[in-house]
Amino acid sequence: MPGLEDLYREIILDHYRNPRNRGELPTPPAHRVEGFNPLCGDEIVVYLTVDDGVVTDLKIGGQGCSISQSSASMMSAAVKGKTVEEARALIRAFKGMMSIHEQRLDGEAEATAEADAAANAEVKLGDLEALQGVVKFPVRIKCATLSWNTLGQGLDEVAATASR
Amino acid sequence: MAVAELEVARLKKDFPIFDTEINGKRLVYLDSASSSQKPRAVLDAMEHYYETTHANVHRGQYEIAVQATELFEEARGKVQQFIGAGSTREIVFAKNVTEAINLVAHTWGRANLGAGDAVLLTHMEHHANIVPWLILQEQLGFEIRWLPLTPDYQLDLTDLDRLIDGVKLVGVTAMSNVLGTLTPVRRITDAAHAAGALCLVDAAQYVPHLVTDVGGLGADFLGFTGHKMLGPTGIGVLWGREELLDAMPPFLGGGEMIRDVRVDGFEPTDLPWKFEAGTPPIAEAIGLGAAVDYLTGVGMQAIRQHEIALTQYALDALTARYGDDITIYGPTDAEFRGGVISFSFRGIHPHDLSQVLDQSGVCVRAGHHCAKPLMRCLQVGATARASLYLYNDEADVDALVDALANAESLFL
Repeated sequence: MPGLEDLYREIILDHYRNPRNRGELPTPPAHRVEGFNPLCGDEIVVYLTVDDGVVTDLKIGGQGCSISQSSASMMSAAVKGKTVEEARALIRAFKGMMSIHEQRLDGEAEATAEADAAANAEVKLGDLEALQGVVKFPVRIKCATLSWNTLGQGLDEVAATASR
Repeated sequence: MAVAELEVARLKKDFPIFDTEINGKRLVYLDSASSSQKPRAVLDAMEHYYETTHANVHRGQYEIAVQATELFEEARGKVQQFIGAGSTREIVFAKNVTEAINLVAHTWGRANLGAGDAVLLTHMEHHANIVPWLILQEQLGFEIRWLPLTPDYQLDLTDLDRLIDGVKLVGVTAMSNVLGTLTPVRRITDAAHAAGALCLVDAAQYVPHLVTDVGGLGADFLGFTGHKMLGPTGIGVLWGREELLDAMPPFLGGGEMIRDVRVDGFEPTDLPWKFEAGTPPIAEAIGLGAAVDYLTGVGMQAIRQHEIALTQYALDALTARYGDDITIYGPTDAEFRGGVISFSFRGIHPHDLSQVLDQSGVCVRAGHHCAKPLMRCLQVGATARASLYLYNDEADVDALVDALANAESLFL
């Protein structure tokens, strides 16, 4: 059994105890999106403001365990000020680190892990790498990825609204 | 008070899983409300069946098919005796209590509920006794009313007479899987009958732990699950009053449940097989029968007394050690509750608590326990839950109490 020190790294506990970008943004102009982990009841709310293709502001609400809360806090710090493309690249790199590779239906599924690895090499995860130990605790991967999936959904919704 | 109503050290030896070590530590299993462990007698009964007499039931004329059928129906008889049912015709094998409640919803419910009708549920219910009715409500358009909670974790019966007026069915848990509260089932079934309603009792947490008498409870339907009472997964029971089951249309269609099939129609067979379409879980039923034998051998009265004493020990130990740092959601007097102890500890998320406890070999559940409406009443997203059974002892409780200190040092 992997030890707790693999999971609860000090930087994770710091983000858990002192979450960054916690709060709400007025909607509109911000966009609000909710994510749920139906297995455990964790809920996350992401507020994001996108201007000219840049995530200019982002706040996190909701409740969850130390892993989901610290992951959301680190995500907010990493994504704020980035372009939507950079944010999407971060999402993909983070999920790749969590051993989640997007399944493609165009027959290139076997290539995705390598493609993700190549793409991720160009993305600096920085502090987020502290969450790497989560992979050793498979039931907690969903905790770590909740905020990232929610952000991805939010970016999709913002894009859909803009193109309407 | 001595907890040793049962010789737990001897009982533990009947359960092979307690030979397992977790992280180099002995297994402290405190999640029986989710699923209980299995004694050797249950595992042996199932293995013996597969090794010696496996064949389909109610079909073959040859010797092992006859034996398989006898074992299967013998298990039904054991269950009938165990819950004080009048006849094996009233014992329907289902996959679990969830399927048992869905059966009632989709047969009795579909035949009896429509726009203008009402069903009364409680805020204490497990999703298994909520979602089937919500699904049916979407299709049939009846009203669902809710019996609320009191601040001391009981059902609030203040407005029962008003809420129950005009209701066709009351669905109530006999024991909360989150709070441990034993509900006043008899009071509610009496009120239901006085109002002309039927009462369905979710006894998933009750039958494994207390002497059950369906007549004494005054229930019309009662469901429970085998794997929470030392039996295997994949087998549960719906008990219903015979005249009600008789009048209900069948649930799943297929083999086993018919008397005759023509190209233009069918005729269902007798109870209880009318509700058992397809090859049933034969080995699982036999395993459940062996579980009933085991529980009866230990004695349900003795098990209940053991759990009262151990639950009180746990409640006292947790509050003595941690005081206001721990919040226990449920009644404080073990005489009036079961051994399900949900708690919050110093604001540490239940997932994190569970993860830290696991390092000490202590298994507890963390989450919403399939009772999200109740979680909303309690204004929490999740709780940690330790639950006790006949094979737990004071040392298991002490292990939980000690391991919580590890969470304290890590997160605070």
